[in-house]
Amino acid sequence: MFDDLSGKLGSVFKSLSGQSTITEVNIAETIREIRRALLDADVNYEVAREFTRKVKLEAEGQGVLTSVSPGQQFTKIVYDELIFTLGGTKDELRMANVPPTVILIAGLQGSGKTTFAGKLAKFLKDKKHNPMLAAADVYRPAAIEQLKTLASQIDVPVYSIEEKDALRVAKEALNAARKQACDVLIVDTAGRLHVDADMMDEVAAIKEAIKPNETLFVVDSMTGQDAVNTAREFNTRIDFDGVVLTKLDGDTRGGAALSIKQVVEKPIKFVSTGEKLDALQEFYPDRMAQRILGMGDVVSLVEKAQQQFDEDEAKKLQSKIRSDSFNLEDFYKQMQQVKKMGSMQDLVNMIPGASNALKNVEVSDDALKPIEAIINSMTVEERRNPAILNGSRRRRIAKGAGTEVRNVNDLMRQFEQMKKMMKKMSGMGGMGRAMQGLKNLKPGRMR
Amino acid sequence: MGFLEKLGFKKQERLDEGLEKSREGILGKLTKAIAGKDKVDDEVLDELEEVLIRSDVGVPTTLKIIRRIEERVARDKYLGSQDLQRILREEIIGLLRENDQDKPADFDAELPNKPHVVLIVGVNGVGKTTTIGKLAHLHKLAGKSVILGAADTFRAAAVQQLTIWSERAGVPIVQQGQNADPAAVAYDTVAAALKRGADIALIDTAGRLHNKTALMDELSKIKRVMNKVVEGAPHEVILVLDASTGQNAMQQAKAFTQAVDITGLALTKLDGTAKGGIAIGISSELDVPVKYIGVGEKIEDLQLFDRVAFVEALFKG
Repeated sequence: MFDDLSGKLGSVFKSLSGQSTITEVNIAETIREIRRALLDADVNYEVAREFTRKVKLEAEGQGVLTSVSPGQQFTKIVYDELIFTLGGTKDELRMANVPPTVILIAGLQGSGKTTFAGKLAKFLKDKKHNPMLAAADVYRPAAIEQLKTLASQIDVPVYSIEEKDALRVAKEALNAARKQACDVLIVDTAGRLHVDADMMDEVAAIKEAIKPNETLFVVDSMTGQDAVNTAREFNTRIDFDGVVLTKLDGDTRGGAALSIKQVVEKPIKFVSTGEKLDALQEFYPDRMAQRILGMGDVVSLVEKAQQQFDEDEAKKLQSKIRSDSFNLEDFYKQMQQVKKMGSMQDLVNMIPGASNALKNVEVSDDALKPIEAIINSMTVEERRNPAILNGSRRRRIAKGAGTEVRNVNDLMRQFEQMKKMMKKMSGMGGMGRAMQGLKNLKPGRMR
Repeated sequence: MGFLEKLGFKKQERLDEGLEKSREGILGKLTKAIAGKDKVDDEVLDELEEVLIRSDVGVPTTLKIIRRIEERVARDKYLGSQDLQRILREEIIGLLRENDQDKPADFDAELPNKPHVVLIVGVNGVGKTTTIGKLAHLHKLAGKSVILGAADTFRAAAVQQLTIWSERAGVPIVQQGQNADPAAVAYDTVAAALKRGADIALIDTAGRLHNKTALMDELSKIKRVMNKVVEGAPHEVILVLDASTGQNAMQQAKAFTQAVDITGLALTKLDGTAKGGIAIGISSELDVPVKYIGVGEKIEDLQLFDRVAFVEALFKG
């Protein structure tokens, strides 16, 4: 039975055999996978390359956790760095000292500007502000109608004119907001391509004229490689203050978020997650990072390992292994630690490749039970000093555990083998150092 | 350097040399690196990979293209530069499906059904309504009688938007206002097309994210009811894709195919810097042709898809 279990888990943990630090070689495969994950998620080609290169440099030489492979640990480092990069300074909307606060909204066609304008108006209204919307998209058929329809649902005034003059709409709306004592003016503009010189001039002129407190760049989260070009150009022309990611209720991996963040270094302020007017949320860098990597399971495995293995315990264990005094009592504790990390099946499923390799094998939590039963049938003395286990003791234990002597013998043999292996490993890396390495994984410590 | 002229590059573009590696440079390098050899340098393949990935072709399709190039180089050896250019183009063009005879893209072509019913679908903001406005205009110019159906009854002012396009194109529209049952609008549009003897009916639908089951079911229903008026309708289901969309477009195409069995693609917003490379993988994997491309906001800014021009654009600036 112990044979079975170790066989099942053997292939899974093969990767940890004796590799004590992260090196270029032992994470080469992982780097390839991560780079591909980033590209699949639509992270820009250059951004993906630069990002993995930077993280690799920082990760090399770090001690490896005993419970994971160098590749898995590297994935965790990438994940943390992603969160760090995506997050950064998280500032709220900048409100004017003297109202009205002016918010300008710009972006490509179809990115969701008008819907976002409506959502933002509702968001501010819910915070006891008194917003006004300005319909400065004077080109797209029925854009003004669309804004008016949305505004009527939340009872917010809209300023619009008949003439196709976006600059005039924006300027006049500012006066109207002052007159009507609206403390926030949200200016919706027409969608425009970043290569359309006239239209980019127009939005730059609007910005110049109304001097917004906050300029937001709205971008479709499904955008591909081109996200860097558009973000860069809009940023050059209107120096926006923040990014709004829309349509995140779809199943896109949303790599554009990382590309844009890297290229323009502006915070992501809102995400839009549905067509209803209340479907507007704050941005959570960790959720976005998981989404982009598409590898949340590896991340949570590493995190669980971090939570559960406490440093002191690890140090104690290490010295025990070194001095050869690791016994069945310690082994039992380790088993309980592993169990704390979740069900065995969950654990196995979280290891990349393992769930495939072990597709037809069910690893149930019961797999550990016969082993526990055997150890439980031992006296404290026997657990601490397995050497005293003679034939009659083994027969008694087998009986107590409801099993056969053969299985007790198997367990003891495997235990001795494991001890040897652990000693070998501890000589090479050291759990203590690995645990030190843990601290270095925190995003704040990356640079 | 005959291939440069073949691709339409002008001499002055050589000024760019030394500034940045340009697309021509990559093609040139590719040629030099493999002419006369039976293996392509990794470095060169990396650059080809970069061009394709940057065009949103996506990792799986990019790898497929590179593998094919490698295979052909291994088999045919001693390729001249022109052969190589041809092969690269051939391999990519080969992934793009050809248009079906019974679903002509050419506006002058005779339509196989009367009325020929076309359903337009896609996620939010890709340009469905604008595309319909342009299609209506071009069909009308070609002498067809057109009728529009405003079955996007969900988004604020979508009906007004399509109404404005119908006025610009000078074609009638069937609409029941916002919040009406979209299936009923679709049904009535097909019925009106039949009654008035229209040549073609173009039906707009609300943008919907492909992972929203209820909305996709609604779309299936819209499609089903049309068949009750005219057997075989809709004869075409066009999925509109935004060229700036990345790899998610593949999921979109699969989900819409599952719900309403798309028969063709329209690739919009190609007037920006996005290349729309994901269309290659979609066309290949789902076996649907790209029929149209959108290249601007004006009513005439719609063109028939040209495989050769599309592939050449991938390798230009």
